[in-house]
Amino acid sequence: MSAKLGAEFMQPDSAAPGGRRKTLLRKLWSQKYLQVMALLGVAWMIIFNYIPMYGIIIAFKQYVITHSIAEAPWVGLDNFKAFFEDEDLPLVIWNTLGISLLKLIIGFPLPILFALFLNELRSIRLKKAVQTISYLPHFLSWVILGGILATWLADVGIINHILMALHIIKEPISYLAEPKYFWGIVVASDIWKELGWSAIIYLAAIAGVSPDLHEAATIDGAGRFQRMWYVTLPGIKSTITILFILAVSGILNSNFDQILVLRNSLNESASNVIDVYVYQTGLVNNRFSYSTAVGLIKSLIALVLLLIANSVSKKINDTSLF
Amino acid sequence: MFKLNRRTAGDVAFDAFNVLIMLAVCFVTLYPIWYVLVNSFNEGQDAMRGGIYWWPRIFSLESYEAVFRSSGIMTAMGVTVAKTLLGTVLHVFFTAMVAYAFSRRDLALQKVYILIGTVTLFFNSGLIPYYLLIRDLHLLDNFLVYIIPAMFSFFDLIIFMTFFREIPDGLEEAAKIDGANDFSIFVRVIIPVSMPVIATIALFHGVYQWNDYFTGMIYINNMDLQPIQTYLYRIVAQSSSNQMASAMPGGISKNVTSQSIKLATMVVTTAPIVIAYPFLQRYFVKGLMIGSIKG
Repeated sequence: MSAKLGAEFMQPDSAAPGGRRKTLLRKLWSQKYLQVMALLGVAWMIIFNYIPMYGIIIAFKQYVITHSIAEAPWVGLDNFKAFFEDEDLPLVIWNTLGISLLKLIIGFPLPILFALFLNELRSIRLKKAVQTISYLPHFLSWVILGGILATWLADVGIINHILMALHIIKEPISYLAEPKYFWGIVVASDIWKELGWSAIIYLAAIAGVSPDLHEAATIDGAGRFQRMWYVTLPGIKSTITILFILAVSGILNSNFDQILVLRNSLNESASNVIDVYVYQTGLVNNRFSYSTAVGLIKSLIALVLLLIANSVSKKINDTSLF
Repeated sequence: MFKLNRRTAGDVAFDAFNVLIMLAVCFVTLYPIWYVLVNSFNEGQDAMRGGIYWWPRIFSLESYEAVFRSSGIMTAMGVTVAKTLLGTVLHVFFTAMVAYAFSRRDLALQKVYILIGTVTLFFNSGLIPYYLLIRDLHLLDNFLVYIIPAMFSFFDLIIFMTFFREIPDGLEEAAKIDGANDFSIFVRVIIPVSMPVIATIALFHGVYQWNDYFTGMIYINNMDLQPIQTYLYRIVAQSSSNQMASAMPGGISKNVTSQSIKLATMVVTTAPIVIAYPFLQRYFVKGLMIGSIKG
C-alpha cells in the first residue's frame, strides 16, 4: 500500500550550490502561501507525533502524574526489568502471538482466495452485488459488532439454538464467558468484518494482470483452476508480498478495538494481549512509566520484525517495502 | 479459428460452484445484521425467549420510541453527529491543503517535509505519552479532542498527493495569471476538480468519526460529551445496563427490556452509515485504487 513512500514523491533540488542560502530564502518568500500551508501540516505532526516521542523517556523514569516529566527521577531500566519479571508476561505474549498467528494463517489467505473467485464470476452484476455486500461490515464499528455477537452467542441466541437442535450440545453455552472460545470468536469475527474490504486491493492487482497471459494459457489448454494458480496468482505476487510484510510487522498488534469490546473478566486468561495490558496498567492502574516501557518494547519488536520481513522478502523474491 | 470462449462441462460446474460460494458469503454477511434488525422490531419481553430468525413474532416499535425519548441516547447521538460533520470537514480540508502544498513540484524543503511525515508512519510513541500530550493540551473532557488530533493523517495525505500530481499544470497557471495566490488556487481550482478523492477520504474519515469509541472512552469523563459508540460500548461490552436504565425516563412500558433498547440503539446508530454507503461506494472504490496501486 504505502510502498516506496518517500522517494516516489521527491523532486530534484533545483537550487544551485553557489549562494544557496540566499536563493532558498528568496524562494521561500516567493512561495510564502505555499510554505504556510505546508508548515501548518508540519506543525501538526510535530505536536501530535513528535512531542509524544519525548514522552517516551518516562519509561526510564518513575513518573507520577502530579509532577512534570522533567522532574521525575531516573530509574534506568527498572521498568523494563519489572516487565520481564511479571508473572502475567508469558500469558500476555502467548495470547498476543496466538491470536495474531491465527489471524495471519487463516485471515491472510482468505481475502486472496475470495478475490480470485470473485474475479472469476461471469456476471458483472452479480460481481458488483457481492462486492457491495462484502464491504458492508467493514463500515460497522466494533462496538456494534460486539453487540451483534453478544446477541448471536447469547444463551437464547441462534448459535446455541442451532447446536441444540442438532443435538451437538445439550445445554446452552455462554461463549464469551469461556476462555477456550475467545480466540476463535476473535479470528472469525475479524474475517467476517474485513474479508470483502481486504479483497479490494487484490482485485485491483488482479485487474492489472495482462489478458494476453490468460489467452496464451487457455490456448495451451489450461483450465480455470490452472489459470488461477499459474497466471493470476503469480501476477499479484508482489501485492501479496507487500501486504504480508505489513501483516508480519503488525503481529504484536491484536486489533485493540476489537478485543476491548469482546473481552470481559471471565475470558481474561485468553483475552489479555499486550495492547490491553498496556491500557490496563497505564490508564486503569495509573502505572504510567511501566506501561510506557511495555509499549516501547512492543514498538521496537514490531520495527525489528518489519525490517526482518522486508529484507527476507527482498532476498527471496525481490519485492520490498523500502 | 480456435474458439476461446467455448465452455466445457468443467467450466459450467466451476461457475455453478463459484456462484454458490459467493451467495453463501453474501448470506453469512447479511444475515447477522438482519437478525439484529428483526429482533429489535420485536416486543422486548417476547424477544427474550429467543427463536426470532426471519420476521418479528410480535411487532413493536416501543424500543425505538424509548430510544428516541431517552435524553442520554439523544445527547450522545448529537455529539456523534457534530463530531462527524465537523471532524470530517476539517480533516479533509486541512489534510488536502497540506497535501496540495507538499505535492507542488517547486516547493522548497519538500524533501525535509516528506521525511518528517514518513517517519510518523513507522514510529508510534504509544498510548501513555499520547495521553499525557492530550492532557497537557487541555483536551481532556473537551469536545475538541475529537476534532484537532484527528485533523490530519499522513497516510491520507499520500492519497491526496497522488491525485493532485495528476492534475494538469495548465489549470493552476491560468489562475495564477489571473493573480490568484496559492491558497486561493487550492480552494477555487484544486478542490472542485478533486471531488472523487475528497469524497473517498471524507467517507473514510466520516466512518472513523462515527465509529470511534476509544477517544470518548479514555479522554472524556463528562457524560454529556460522550459519543453514541462510547455510550453503546459501556452497555454492550461492560454489559452493565445501569447506564441505560438510568437514562430511561420513568414509566417505560414493561414490554421494553434493556436488551431490546440496546438492539434498537444499535440499529439507529448504524442506519446512517448503511444508508449513505451505497451512494458513496463508487467513489471510495475508485479512490482506494488511486491510493493503493500508485502508492
